[in-house]
Amino acid sequence: METMKVNHVTANDLPWKVLYDAGRCTMCGSCVATCSFRAIEAKVERRRMVFSEGNFPEPKQRFSAIPVIRQARSIANYCRGCGMCEKVCPNDAIKPARNADTRHPILTRCLGGDSIKRGGRKNLEGSTRTLDKIRVGRISQMTDPSLDAQRHTFDLLAPFGRILPPKKLPFSSDMDQQLQPTANTPPVNWIYPVIIGDMSIGALSWRMWEAVAMATAYLNEECGLPVRMCSGEGGVPGRLLKSKYLKYMILQIASGHFGWNRIAKAMPHMIEDPAGILIKIGQGAKPGDGGLLMAQKVAEHIQSIRGVPKADLLSPPNHQGLYSIEESVQKMFLSFNAAFKFRVPVAIKVAASATSVSVFNNLVRDPYNIVGGFFLDGIDGGTGAAHEVSLDHTGHPIVSKLRDCYLAAVTQGRQGQIPLWAAGGLGKTGDLAADAFKMIGLGANGVFTGKLILQMAGCVGNDMGRCNACNTGLCPAGITTQEPALAHRLDPERVAQNIVNYFLAMDTEFKKLMAPIGNSSLPVGRSDALISTDQSVADRLQIQHVC
Amino acid sequence: MCRIGAIKSRNYTHPSSALHLMQSQQKGHDNSGFAMVMQDLGGIFEQHKHLPTLSMAATDEGIKIAEDILHDLGFSCKFLWAPETDPQPGLDINAMPNYTFESYEYPKPYRNASQREKEDLLLDTRLQLRAALEDEEKGFIYSFWPDMVTLKEIGDPRDIGTYFNLWEPNDRFTAKVITAQCRQNTNYDIVRYAAHPFFMQGYTALANGENTFYLKNKEFQQGLHRGYIGFESDSQCFLYTLHYIHRELGWPLHYYKHVVTPLPFEEIEQREDKKQLLAIRQSLAHLEINGPNTIIGLLPDNTMFTCCDAKKLRPVVIGRDEDTVVISSEVCGINEILPDRDWEGDIYPNEREVIMINDDLEVQRWKQ
Repeated sequence: METMKVNHVTANDLPWKVLYDAGRCTMCGSCVATCSFRAIEAKVERRRMVFSEGNFPEPKQRFSAIPVIRQARSIANYCRGCGMCEKVCPNDAIKPARNADTRHPILTRCLGGDSIKRGGRKNLEGSTRTLDKIRVGRISQMTDPSLDAQRHTFDLLAPFGRILPPKKLPFSSDMDQQLQPTANTPPVNWIYPVIIGDMSIGALSWRMWEAVAMATAYLNEECGLPVRMCSGEGGVPGRLLKSKYLKYMILQIASGHFGWNRIAKAMPHMIEDPAGILIKIGQGAKPGDGGLLMAQKVAEHIQSIRGVPKADLLSPPNHQGLYSIEESVQKMFLSFNAAFKFRVPVAIKVAASATSVSVFNNLVRDPYNIVGGFFLDGIDGGTGAAHEVSLDHTGHPIVSKLRDCYLAAVTQGRQGQIPLWAAGGLGKTGDLAADAFKMIGLGANGVFTGKLILQMAGCVGNDMGRCNACNTGLCPAGITTQEPALAHRLDPERVAQNIVNYFLAMDTEFKKLMAPIGNSSLPVGRSDALISTDQSVADRLQIQHVC
Repeated sequence: MCRIGAIKSRNYTHPSSALHLMQSQQKGHDNSGFAMVMQDLGGIFEQHKHLPTLSMAATDEGIKIAEDILHDLGFSCKFLWAPETDPQPGLDINAMPNYTFESYEYPKPYRNASQREKEDLLLDTRLQLRAALEDEEKGFIYSFWPDMVTLKEIGDPRDIGTYFNLWEPNDRFTAKVITAQCRQNTNYDIVRYAAHPFFMQGYTALANGENTFYLKNKEFQQGLHRGYIGFESDSQCFLYTLHYIHRELGWPLHYYKHVVTPLPFEEIEQREDKKQLLAIRQSLAHLEINGPNTIIGLLPDNTMFTCCDAKKLRPVVIGRDEDTVVISSEVCGINEILPDRDWEGDIYPNEREVIMINDDLEVQRWKQ
C-alpha cells in the first residue's frame, strides 16, 4: 500500500481525469502508445474477489493481479485532454474528462517555481464574442438588387503595399488623353483577403509547414485564389527560397532575426520576389513578448535553418536598436525596401493595444510612403509557446481596435493608404468567412489566420484548456512537434487538401455574403451593412443598433 | 425609383421639353418632385451669360440675408428674375415663398482675377450663403455660377410645371442644355438639396440608382474638398467624384469610368496601361460605386456624358436628330420629344462604355 500525503499530486488535482473502463479494455496498448505526453501508463492492480461455490454461502476470497491503464499523477506528464487515447481505443474504454476541481494552476506554480507556459489561445471564456453580436443586416432589395453569388463575378482581392493618396499619383496626361506614369510608385500586390498567418518552421513540424506551403501553392496554381502564406520568424527552406513558389510567400523578420542569414544569402539566387516582407513587432497572443521556441523543439533542421544550437530560442521583446516608430520607419523599412530594390511591399505587424491608433497614425503620416500594411493582432490570437499569464491576461481585443484605426484613417482622409489587416481569434468558431467579412465591413482590407489553419490540419486544441501543448514539442497531431515519430502522424497531402477545401468553401461563403448586400468588390469600411443587437457594441463600433 | 433625362441642343430649348421628357416616364418614377439644371442659357439670361447667377428659393428673410451677404462681399446685382408663379388651389407642390434668379457682377478686386480664383470665390460664396440660410429653412441656394440656373421643388412634377408656368413654351426662359429628374429623395429625408441634378463649379451630375458604397464614398469625399458637403442623397457622391477626377486631379474624363466602375483585376492585368489602372483602383478605391446606376454628367465646357454600372443593372438610352441629343432612362421619353428621329440610331450603352456628346453634338462611344 502506497503512503499518500495531502500534498501528493493525484488525478483529482489535474485538469483532466482519464476515465477508464477496465471491463471494456482488451489491453491492446494503443492508448498508451499514442499518448505523446505519457499521461497514461500500463499498471498492474491488485484485485480482491469474494466468491462462494457451494449451495450455501461459504465466502472465499481470491486475489489476482490484473493489468490496467492508469493516469500518470504528475505535473510533468499530466493529461492534456487531447483525446488521442479515445480516438485510438477500439472499444471506447478510455477517454479524458475535464476536471472542474483542478488545482493545476496553483500546483504547477508551487511545484515548479516557474511560470506556466503553454500554446494555444486565451483560455478565459467569459462572454460571447463581439463578432457574434454583429450581423450583416443591410440587404439589397428592389431598386438595389442583390447579386447572384453563383452567376456574378466578384473581385475578392485586397491590397498589400503602400497606396498613395490620389493627388500624389505621379501621372500626367499625354496628347492622346492617356495618363502616363512619370515616376515610380510603391509596390502593391493584390492578394486574397485571407493570409495564412505567420507560423514558423520550428513552431510547426516540417511536415505541417510543408503542407501549408503546398496548400498555398495549390490554391494559387490550380484554384486561382492568390492566397499568400507568411513564413513566420524562423527562416524558409533554401529550396523554396530559390523556387518560383517564393512569390506566394511573405517573409517575416522578427526581433530574433532567426533564419534571415539564410534568406539574405539566398537573395542572389532568387528567381522570384517574395510576396512581401512582414516585420513583426508584436503578437496578439503575447503582446510585449518575443517569440519563444523551447529547446525540445529545436531539432537538427531547425538548428541548421536558424543557425543556432539546441537551446531555448527567445526573440527579444523588442527589435534591438529600435528606439522609436520614426526610427523603425527609417531604418527597417528602408533597408528592406532597398534589399528587394523597392519591388516588394514591406508591412508591419503589431499586437493590438490601447496605443495602436497612435502607432498607426505615425505610420500613415510618414512622408516616405513606405509602410505597406498594418497587421493588427488581437488578444485571441494563437501562439506556439507563451507564458500563460501573457496569454490570458495581456492584450487587446481586435474588433474595436481595428475599427479605431480605420476611423482614424477616415478622420484624416487616409483610408486605404496603409492597408489594414486584422487577426486574433478570427474563425474561432470555425466560420472564418463571416468573421473576416464583418472585419472588412468595419474597415479591414483583409485578415490573417494561424490557429484555424492548425485546426484544419487536425489540431484538437481548444480555448477551454484542451491540449494547448504546442510548446512541449509533443503535439499529438504531429503539427507542432519536431519528433519524427509524432510528425509522421501528420499526412501533409491530406492537410493540404483540407486547407484547400476550406479556402474553397470560404470563397463561396464570401460571395454568399457579398451578394445580398449587392457588392461585387470587397466592402471595406462599409459599416452601414452591419448591425448589432447589442447597444454598447453598436455604439462603440459606430454601426446601427437593432432590436 | 428615379428616372433621369437630359437634352442637349444646338437651339435654345424651353423647360417644357424637359417636362415632357420626364412626364412620359412617370410610371417609372414616383412623381415626388422636379429638379432641373439649365446651362448655356438663352432668353432673358443670354446677355448675362458671363455673370454668375444665383438660383435661390427662400423666405423673405432668407432673401434679405443672402443679398446682404452678397452685398458685403462686394457683388452687385445686375439682373434679377423671379418667375411668375400660378398658385392654383389643389396643386401638389410644397412651395417656398420666393424663387429668384439673380445675376451678379463680381466684386471689384476679382474682376481681373484668374478664372480659378473667380471659381473658388463663387464656390465659397455659395457655401457661405447656404450655411447662412440653413437654420429654420430660410432658404436653399442651389447654384451660383455663370450661365446656368437650377430649379428644384417638392411635389408632383406636373403641378410644379403648372406652378412655374413651365408647360407653355416661350423664348424667354431657355437653354441649350437641360438636365432633369422627377423624384425627391425617398431613401433619406425629403430635403430640397437631395434632389439631383447636383451642380458644383461647372460640373453637373444626376443619377438613377443606388450607391451601395455611399458610406465609403462619403467618408472619403468629406476630406477631399471643402465643397463636398451635404450628402443628402447618395447620388451627390457621383458629382463630387466627377469634380475631383476631372477638376482637382485634372484627369481626362474617361478615367471617371475607371474610378466609379473599375475593371475587374483579371481584365486590368491584360491591359497595357495596367500600372495606371491598378494605381487608380488602389488610390481611389473609396470612390468606387458598387450598385445599380446610370449617371448623366456635364463638364464645364458643356460636354455631356453618360455611363452606367458595371452590371448594366440600370440602363440608359441616347437618341438624336440633327439638332438635339437626348439621354433618357426610358426610350419613351425620347419618343416624346424626338418622335421623328431615326430610332435605329439610338444608342443603348453597355456596362463598359462612356457616351460623350461634345458641344458640336458629336457623339463618341468610349470603351473603358
